[in-house]
Amino acid sequence: MSETGKSRRWMLYAPLGLAAAAGAGFWVMLRGLQTGSYNPTGVPSALIGRTAPDFSLPPLDGADRPGLSAADLRGPLPGPVLVNFWASWCVPCVAEHPQLMRLSRDGVPVLGINYKDKTADALAFIRRRGDPFTRLGVDEPGRVAIDWGVYGVPESYLIDRQGIIRWRYAGPILAETLENELRPLLRRYA
Amino acid sequence: MIPELGHFALALACVLAIAQSVLPVVGAARRDARLMGTAVPFALGQLVAVGAAFLCLVWAYVVNDTTVVNVVANSHSAKPLIYKISGTWGNHEGSMLLWVLILSFCGAAVALFGRALPTALKARVIGVLGWIAVGFLLFILFTSNPFTRVWPPVPDGRGLNPVLQDPGLAMHPPTLYFGYVGYAVTFAFAIAALLEGRVDAAWGRWVRPWALGAWCFLSVGITMGSWWAYYELGWGGYWFWDPVENASLLPWLAGTALLHSAIVVEKRDTLKVWSVLLAILAFAMSLLGTFLVRSGVLNSVHAFANDPARGVFILALLMVYVAGAFALFAWRAPRLAPTGIFAPISREGALVLNNLLICSIAAVVLAGTLWPMFADILTGARISVGPPFFNSATAPLAIPLVIAMPIGAMMPWKRADLWAVLQRLWWAAVAALAIGFVTLAVAGYPVWPVLGMTLAAWLIFGAAADIADRIALFRRPGQAFRRALALPRAAWGAAIAHGAIGISLAGISGMGVATDTLVQLQAGQSTRLAGYEWRMDGVSDVTGPNYRARRATVTVLKDGSVVTVLTPERRTFIVDGQTTAEAAIHTNALRDLYAVLGEERGTAAVLRLHHNPFAPWIWFGGLAMAFGGMLSLSDRRMRVAAPAPKGATVPA
Amino acid sequence: MGGVSGRANPSPVLLLLLVLTFPALAAVGRPEDRLADPVLESRAETIGRELRCMVCQNQSIEDSDADLARDLRRLVRERVAAGDSDAAVVDFIHDRYGDYVLLKPPFNAVTALLWAMPIIALGGGLIAIFARRRRSAAEPAPLTEAERRRLAELERDGAA
Repeated sequence: MSETGKSRRWMLYAPLGLAAAAGAGFWVMLRGLQTGSYNPTGVPSALIGRTAPDFSLPPLDGADRPGLSAADLRGPLPGPVLVNFWASWCVPCVAEHPQLMRLSRDGVPVLGINYKDKTADALAFIRRRGDPFTRLGVDEPGRVAIDWGVYGVPESYLIDRQGIIRWRYAGPILAETLENELRPLLRRYA
Repeated sequence: MIPELGHFALALACVLAIAQSVLPVVGAARRDARLMGTAVPFALGQLVAVGAAFLCLVWAYVVNDTTVVNVVANSHSAKPLIYKISGTWGNHEGSMLLWVLILSFCGAAVALFGRALPTALKARVIGVLGWIAVGFLLFILFTSNPFTRVWPPVPDGRGLNPVLQDPGLAMHPPTLYFGYVGYAVTFAFAIAALLEGRVDAAWGRWVRPWALGAWCFLSVGITMGSWWAYYELGWGGYWFWDPVENASLLPWLAGTALLHSAIVVEKRDTLKVWSVLLAILAFAMSLLGTFLVRSGVLNSVHAFANDPARGVFILALLMVYVAGAFALFAWRAPRLAPTGIFAPISREGALVLNNLLICSIAAVVLAGTLWPMFADILTGARISVGPPFFNSATAPLAIPLVIAMPIGAMMPWKRADLWAVLQRLWWAAVAALAIGFVTLAVAGYPVWPVLGMTLAAWLIFGAAADIADRIALFRRPGQAFRRALALPRAAWGAAIAHGAIGISLAGISGMGVATDTLVQLQAGQSTRLAGYEWRMDGVSDVTGPNYRARRATVTVLKDGSVVTVLTPERRTFIVDGQTTAEAAIHTNALRDLYAVLGEERGTAAVLRLHHNPFAPWIWFGGLAMAFGGMLSLSDRRMRVAAPAPKGATVPA
Repeated sequence: MGGVSGRANPSPVLLLLLVLTFPALAAVGRPEDRLADPVLESRAETIGRELRCMVCQNQSIEDSDADLARDLRRLVRERVAAGDSDAAVVDFIHDRYGDYVLLKPPFNAVTALLWAMPIIALGGGLIAIFARRRRSAAEPAPLTEAERRRLAELERDGAA
């Protein structure tokens, strides 16, 4: 139909273009779901690239470890440290524990924050499974966890020598995560 | 044995659908009447085969056949029969089968009731429906077979999620699917028109009943979903702008636009290319919803837990149908010669404005739904888009739409005198403002509820003014009744549907001034909320068919006399140990008293109490919209969509 | 019976996949978490409705009884009671949890397109309509009778 000007022809292709772009995007998402690069339920941390928030937590009674405060996380530090939020009632924390033990044996300081827990339960947990923590603060009300932007336990933060938070992992650090993600980061920030 | 029969029936349906998608279309291209004639038997055969498969699955559920994986995962012998049946479609596989069943039902309806359709158009429409059926049947057979067996049989099933054990939710998916699938039919009409290279007034007349029917079902489905959220989720909320809710709203919006633009095609033989595009879009939105819910790409409370392999399959279907349709559109639309121009101030001008605003709202909802996902893959940023965004981004579009609705509905075709229309609406405007002032006086400062109430009244009185004008109520009151009876049902339907939006809007505005309180009460203690005294009389044990419950008795009094006794429950389901809160609601049509039972502390109980003014109007409005649509659908002129069209559309 | 396809074992993953996920239900809240002053409480509630419950799916912290939602609800009320402005309370949470916690996304480079959508859609539509009108206006404006004839002609063309 000659009367349809060229000016309008491109508009007829607009829906196709949009649909194709959306389709490509969806495909990337589906691929990402399988490779792990796209996760609709994963939540990013706002603290990456910042120093740890101000806080000061008392030690766990009977654990024979000093408490933890922001001052312990200010640079310069001798090496990168891992801050780990955990609780004795948290099932995935049990799965994570051997990896924390291994890190501590390898000389990486693991600084624990015991989240919303009972002292006796927390003590029993580390007595039974080993204590990987060089420092252990108690956050019974869970307020410091909010300052860190924690949304569930376990959650771990890697802090470099300058005291900058470089990496956050929500969920248990399993052997795979330790080898594939954490170890390279530890080497990089060593 | 029965599940194997079902599986076989499904495979048979797939074969029939393949034949249905090829032969009639080839026939239409070759003008071979015999090939075109195969459309009807294939469509009917497909319905029989899919229906048989569906019944086999229902049977497996009813007898609790624990050798079928699907039954094991979603049912339990101790469930009431109705939830055994509704459990059939309470899961991914079963709901896909229901979807295809409704699709073949629609195909058969076109075959049976489309006798007056031009043969070639009918053959093409049924053929296109066949293409859709093939895709989804293959999807079921390859990725989501509901008849997969397990051996040895499991002792009993795992039960249906207790929140789904609800009569409202039993009917929710079938209603929604009728809506979604109805748009498959208008889509098929659009593709057939593109293949044929012709859209005329007759096309508009065929498409409109289907668009209207689908719209009615979708309206009811969305209303039911919203009502269910209100009474079952126990927060007193009715719409959360959740991506899956949006996925049902998007086809509704596109369908609403289509409904209106098809009128222009029919009456004025213009807006044709646009209407074809809308018909494609409405179905595209339905498919998009299917993809979003079932592929796992989004984060929603309602999403089916999922499997990327299925996601890839549905994405492929989405691309074949939607991108294919858009490609066909880009190629063939220039053949649909643009005809007719019209004055901006006219009924058709108003309908264009309606389409512009509705589609803009749809664009905003679509962007808000998809952008968080796309922002993630494009920039890595994680953002949330929730109710505050949708409310503030759609309001500037919805307000002019609502203001224009009564005015547009009263404009004559071709050329209207805006001033004359406004003169006939002055009393509606005055009444609306009066309602606005009353709301201001009663509810006080809140801006949105006052504005909402004013606009709601404007819609309701505007619809009344439309009818009053048509039956000359004020000019010749004596004959008004006779004229009212003679008024076409389509006119009544339109006015009712428009007024119904006002009713819903009033309910939404009322919820804007809802009040609630959270209290801990001992037996015999009471609290005050919204002028009522709420007295907790005690908590007792109740045993249901497959749950145990704690039931609080709350007596609501006003000025010392009993208004109602509310019995909110906290149910614990025996099979899976899940608990749900059953809200107790008392309505008197003007407000809901709503109580939810929380935890018990010693002899005291925690109760959340709500006073929700006008809440029931939200859903009443939704149903009234659908009623208006149905009334319109029953119009003689719509049924006579049947009369043989002009000679030009009959194939030579 | 059932020998034909009887070997299919339901893997736990498959069974997991079949389960519909639904929000944390039956969350009613605790009276002691609320502020006694109704004005402050309603302010806190309005703020809470703009904040996403991070562990839930598209629910605000006011609509969930997840532990974290409850903590944040209390935190919001603490800040409100301490006299913080609405914006200060939101900033407090935003600072810790990032953009993701805001149900109303902030206007920035990532969300510009989103926030501009109403204008893009409306403007695009208007441009399309005016483009069509201008083109149509260039044609002789036919009246109804003429239109019909033209249509008939076109239909003949199309059929030929």
